[in-house]
Amino acid sequence: MNSTKAVSPTPSFIEMLVRRRVLRTFFLVFLVAVVVWRIGTALWANPTLFLQQVIDGLRLGFVYALIALGYTMVYGIVRLINFAHGDVFMIGAFMSYLAIARVQLHLWPTKVFPGISPVLASGIGSITVILLSMAVCALAAITIERVAYKPLRSAPRISALITAIGVSFFLEYFGALDFVFTPNFITYKRPFDVTTWVFGSGGVQALVPGQAIPENTVTFSNISIIIVIATIFLLVVLQYIVTQTKIGKAMRATAYDQQTARLMGINVNGIISVTFAIGAGLAGAAGMLYAIAFPQVTFLMGVLPGLKAFVAAVLGGIGSIPGAFVGALIMGQAEVLSAAYISTPMRDAIAFTILIVVLLVRPTGIFGEAQREKA
Amino acid sequence: MFKRIDRNSLLFFGVTIGFFVVVQVLILVGVLTPFYETLLRLGAVYAIVSLGLNMIYGFNGQFSLGQWGFYAIGAYTAADITFRWTNQASTAGLTVLLFIVLLVGAAILILYKLLGRLRGLDALSAFTVYLLAAFGLAVVGVKIGQVVAIPLNSVLAALPAGIATTIVYVLAVIIGALIAAEVSFLFGLPVLTLGSDYFGIATLGFTIIVKVLLDNSDTLLGFEEMKGARGMIGIPKVTTWFWVFLFLMIVIVVVRNLLHSSYGRAIVSVREDEIAAKAMGIDVGHYKTLTFVLGSFFAGLAGALYAHINGFLHPDMFNFIKSFDPMIIVVFGGLGSVTGTVFAAFVWPLVLEGLLRQILPPGFETWRYVVYPLLLLIMMLLKPNGLFGNFEVPYLRQVLPALRKKISTERSQAPSAPAVKEVNG
Amino acid sequence: MSDFTPAPSNNTHEEILHIEELTKLFGGLRAVNNFSLTLHRGDLNGLIGPNGAGKTTVFNMITGVYTPTNGVINFMGQNITGLEPYQINQMGIARTFQNIRLFPKLTVLDNVRIAYHPHAGYGLMDGILHNGRFQQKETELTEKAQDFLAVFNLQDRQGEIASNLPYGEQRRLEIARALAAEPRLLLLDEPAAGMNPAETVSLMELIHFIRERFNLTILLIEHQMRVVMGICEYITVMDFGEVIARGTPAEIQANPRVVEAYLGPGSAALSEKFSRKKAL
Repeated sequence: MNSTKAVSPTPSFIEMLVRRRVLRTFFLVFLVAVVVWRIGTALWANPTLFLQQVIDGLRLGFVYALIALGYTMVYGIVRLINFAHGDVFMIGAFMSYLAIARVQLHLWPTKVFPGISPVLASGIGSITVILLSMAVCALAAITIERVAYKPLRSAPRISALITAIGVSFFLEYFGALDFVFTPNFITYKRPFDVTTWVFGSGGVQALVPGQAIPENTVTFSNISIIIVIATIFLLVVLQYIVTQTKIGKAMRATAYDQQTARLMGINVNGIISVTFAIGAGLAGAAGMLYAIAFPQVTFLMGVLPGLKAFVAAVLGGIGSIPGAFVGALIMGQAEVLSAAYISTPMRDAIAFTILIVVLLVRPTGIFGEAQREKA
Repeated sequence: MFKRIDRNSLLFFGVTIGFFVVVQVLILVGVLTPFYETLLRLGAVYAIVSLGLNMIYGFNGQFSLGQWGFYAIGAYTAADITFRWTNQASTAGLTVLLFIVLLVGAAILILYKLLGRLRGLDALSAFTVYLLAAFGLAVVGVKIGQVVAIPLNSVLAALPAGIATTIVYVLAVIIGALIAAEVSFLFGLPVLTLGSDYFGIATLGFTIIVKVLLDNSDTLLGFEEMKGARGMIGIPKVTTWFWVFLFLMIVIVVVRNLLHSSYGRAIVSVREDEIAAKAMGIDVGHYKTLTFVLGSFFAGLAGALYAHINGFLHPDMFNFIKSFDPMIIVVFGGLGSVTGTVFAAFVWPLVLEGLLRQILPPGFETWRYVVYPLLLLIMMLLKPNGLFGNFEVPYLRQVLPALRKKISTERSQAPSAPAVKEVNG
Repeated sequence: MSDFTPAPSNNTHEEILHIEELTKLFGGLRAVNNFSLTLHRGDLNGLIGPNGAGKTTVFNMITGVYTPTNGVINFMGQNITGLEPYQINQMGIARTFQNIRLFPKLTVLDNVRIAYHPHAGYGLMDGILHNGRFQQKETELTEKAQDFLAVFNLQDRQGEIASNLPYGEQRRLEIARALAAEPRLLLLDEPAAGMNPAETVSLMELIHFIRERFNLTILLIEHQMRVVMGICEYITVMDFGEVIARGTPAEIQANPRVVEAYLGPGSAALSEKFSRKKAL
């Protein structure tokens, strides 16, 4: 930014412009004004459509939050961008798909207890499937961590990063093999029936299948509700683990200073594995929820949601759990709103544009702690 | 000392030009099938783009995943120019882009000098100035270019077709590289102020943004000939082995000369210790920008060459998953090793497209992408410094200057010497 | 070698560095408060104080790593407050670091040659083309660096990778590198840290030597009282970001406030000081 020339006195007007960062403010205000104007006019033109977008954005944001937590926890503890995390998410989606479509695991309550009420049966069945996905993902993550990352813990960070990229490719293309997940798009079978409600001037009504959506109404389905409830439940559990339990304390200590944590008698390797497992478990749950919301699975499905969730984690301040959650909600809204009001094809680009702008204004993210440069 | 450098240079150029001639003869005789010739050309292109990344990451220490985005920019820019010339007999693409490049480039250089004098100017403010200037001048460039294109059309039409196409092609390649460099300057200006991982993720974002823009190049950007996500066809296939080799040699010599100059040492000092470099009077921001722009220039150059190999471009070629390719090549070859990068870049397509296709049984082609990450993992576990580590062939190696005789007298003048010596003894 | 020695000034009491009301806040922490200091040409002054007293923060503000919250730093009559570190270095202030910061994977020669970069004397294009101007200037620069290494008795080590040098030589190389840029003012941050007694003695001689040889003004932070009391002519004592005493070594040793600052009025204050993170 600066030439090597010696500094010469500059006119005071320009000096004032520089010191007050006038141009920077001008630039940012311009950006914000454009966004506010787009959203404002959209809201004015069709409030129900806008509300619909916000609800869809929330649904997406909650799924991103689950993935982002894994990124932020792993980064917080080993300073590694775990590129394979998105593919663990993919594994979670596929596990639930296999459990439902091949084994019909979600039907076990009705088989074992024939008289059980259908709602309770599909509830228990779905929970079983999601727990299975989470367990498989956790196991996969522990294996990955032990085999690929652990031997490189003292190596330069780039080695671990390249390894993460390698693991990611391996999972993707191993999944693409014909006898694993196949390279095709597969339609996902939901473990329960979708019910859609219409919220409009006539109050809340269930939508009959095949019925057209009435004008000027907002629709939401049990999928959104399940995603929100499941995510909040998992978040509360996670928050409890991290803040209230001994393992959580050890995790925070390890994240703060591995060397000292080791001296304090903490099994650092074990804690790192647990962190990977918890993060992967959340990603596994996210995989199933995402597949339920967007019922199609493929071996590359984890890449973009994974990246966006990582962006969300960075946006919120990497290493911060509330930050990841807030970042993910912002990401979900940004994606859906930009798809609706700015440009549908640009939805993937806008997530990164927001990231770049936020990082420039607040280099450590929204909730990130300022790190003092050490001289 | 100079004699040794000369011998090394002779050896280096002898071997490389020999390699070039052998390959060229094999191509002419027909021993080397077009398939393998393409792999060699691809190798050279990858070498250029990876050398650019090695400058940014290996020597300057900036973890960039944006290399592929600049590669894409170079490819599409150059392809657009040659496409318009061969398919529409129009030089409008050439002149318009040429004037944009020249005007924006001049503006950047002038503003850089002027803004550098301001004390405490923040990156975003500077970015705003550059952006406004670039946009304004781009509009002017379009107008001038459209006017100049008309007489140039007739001039080039008067030349033999082969010569005219070659002129347009070479200019297109250079313009593609320059556009990539200028975009990288604008993008790098604010983003280079971010910390390492954040910079990495922002540059990854850049690659994704470029890919999405290319997906919609016909609708959003208004370049109908690029055909968006359907892929651009009809680009003249004029990148021969000669051209890729020529540009690769130029890039190697430029990188080598730069690294062995005071500027190269300044670039490397930023990687070694940013704070110490600042304290030694090195303008760290300046050298980060310089290296980033230079690396992106190489990426654009490689992209422009690549566009004319198959005559076909598709946004999926510039998918961010591919953007890890140059990073993997650089790490495979050895971070900070020019030799290793070039070697790995040639091996990469040969192994992935050539060898693995040959040794894997039919029907197992998808296994290539399972095998290569495994190779990468094994490599990282066993040889994390890359195949070549810090090794360089003699020409690329830094020659340690001989000690001067005079020094022995100097030493006796220094009163601290005996006391210090005693401690080390 | 004459090019290393600046022309002697007639006025030996010329002000080199003048700091006034320097303050630095980190969030709520007042790391440095109302610090002032004046150095004259040829001074060899010390800056001491317990851990976390703000000494290194002062260095970081002088060299531009931190921008002061308040206050003015004048160097040879020019206001350098808020300049970039590289600009300050080019104006003639060089420093070393508490924990040695060499360019670890580069050779000893390159470590010194990097310090010459601002005076390379050829342009980027010359560097890329390796033309005649490059050859000539690069040879000059290299010979200058080699001569310089010879002064510090490191010329035989020119091809050694910096991180492979023994500790004492690394320290010496760091000082050599700082001086290569021909500064007027040298800031040494705990140069004797981690040195054994013999190494410390040779360091003290080295400091005396470079001061004479390069006509330097030196400000040093040091914990080893033997070094401070042995070579500094004038000492400034800091505690909790404030200057608590100034004077000659003898005066400082007799000052009760200094003794209190180091030993503390009670164990409570002592432990508090220990628990505070060092500014660097």
